[in-house]
Amino acid sequence: MGAGHGHHLHFHGHSPVHHLPAHLKLLALVGFVLTVVLTPRTAFAAYAVYLLLVLVAQRASRVPFGYFAKRMVVEVPFVLFALLMPFVATGPRVDVGPLRLSEHGLVGGFALLAKGTLGVMASLVLATTTEPRHVVAGLERLRLPGQLVQIMGFMVRYLEVVTGELSRMKVARESRGFRATSVRAWPVLATTAGALFIRSYERGERVHLAMLSRGYTGSLPVTHPATATPAQWRVAGMLPAAALATLLVVVTR
Amino acid sequence: MHVPDGFLDAPTSIGAAVVAASGVALALRGARRELDDRTAPLAGLVALFIFSTQMLNFPIAAGTSGHLLGGALAAVLVGPCTATLSITVVLLVQATLMADGGITALGTNITLMGLVGVWTGWLVFIALRRVLPKRPLWVVPAAAVAALVSVPTAALAFSLLFDVGGTVDVPFATVATTMVGIHTLIGIGEAVITALAVLSIVVVRPDLVHGARPSLERRTLTIREGVSA
Repeated sequence: MGAGHGHHLHFHGHSPVHHLPAHLKLLALVGFVLTVVLTPRTAFAAYAVYLLLVLVAQRASRVPFGYFAKRMVVEVPFVLFALLMPFVATGPRVDVGPLRLSEHGLVGGFALLAKGTLGVMASLVLATTTEPRHVVAGLERLRLPGQLVQIMGFMVRYLEVVTGELSRMKVARESRGFRATSVRAWPVLATTAGALFIRSYERGERVHLAMLSRGYTGSLPVTHPATATPAQWRVAGMLPAAALATLLVVVTR
Repeated sequence: MHVPDGFLDAPTSIGAAVVAASGVALALRGARRELDDRTAPLAGLVALFIFSTQMLNFPIAAGTSGHLLGGALAAVLVGPCTATLSITVVLLVQATLMADGGITALGTNITLMGLVGVWTGWLVFIALRRVLPKRPLWVVPAAAVAALVSVPTAALAFSLLFDVGGTVDVPFATVATTMVGIHTLIGIGEAVITALAVLSIVVVRPDLVHGARPSLERRTLTIREGVSA
């Protein structure tokens, strides 16, 4: 455990987006993404406006765009699925170059890609500007059941510890000449997973005993209740409000 | 692979969210029976375990690799209710902190992986446990079959949801055969890895494997004399 406490999931900063309370950011995210999901798939102009809005929010967070873009790779498997749509969907066909593609599939694939990408970008604005423990506190403020909040709290708290344990096991394997190249490596990797389970479970038991000895009775006290000022509500509301206005303009036109 | 935003239409996503919320509420009750007041720290660490094993890449061939999904594994190791809660939290963390899986598709993902994946695995497991010999090591093949069945079943459930609320017109048969076909292959890998992982745990700490408890309780204490060290 020689390494310092890195912030792998969020990008430390002091922008207005960083300073918004987490529960407002979560609400803004859900509002924005719901609006995007409800948008008709041929409303191309609306998608352009949404993209602009997310990019404005991203720039306002002052998180370097390169860092932000790198985090977007989670989307890749799903991009492949969306690109497959024009080939497998039904309905009238159109010629695009040498290919005969489904018209529904082209529009549908575009909508999947646009909505999915906007969702990933909006979620990343939240993820890159909010510390994990603040996300947990925000969810608690939004009335997520107490047990789930606690489970998530423990998961976030021990995230670095357990992933660190896993990477130390990797170092130990590789320093003994192990290289995962084929299916023959599976027994070794599965044993790693088994050992990790035993260590995690035992750590859970130790943590529980340590908590009991400090007076744990089944719920954790809220030390810093999340609050928000009207000004913060207005700032957080800008993104979903602008998106909703765009949707209304597109639908009523 | 997690379902992203906009993949299913809004009514279907909301319907799935209602299903997910009621399933998780039931699991919250059940987990108290499985773990009593240890629920929060233990389920948290189990969630982390599942999350970490998803980062463990298993090489397949020619540079490709896959990872464990862990629904059936978690159900066998800690019981189905705790497994549902752990996977729910893993999905929640992935959606809010990693943008993996859409925030509006969270209900869909929890329904597919946390409910269908876990409970199919668990039901197959207890059905097999009933017919197999009552010894701890027999949980290994039962866990393997549970993993093998649970992955394509979750894929089938996805195909049904896509048929009801998909945003692109693709015939149900095409989606179902492709999804179930691919996921049967994934399921085979999942079954082998689940079996190897359960095996490595059950030989060291059989008491930690929730699914092996009934067979452990049947053991009686024996005092052996003259055991060489």
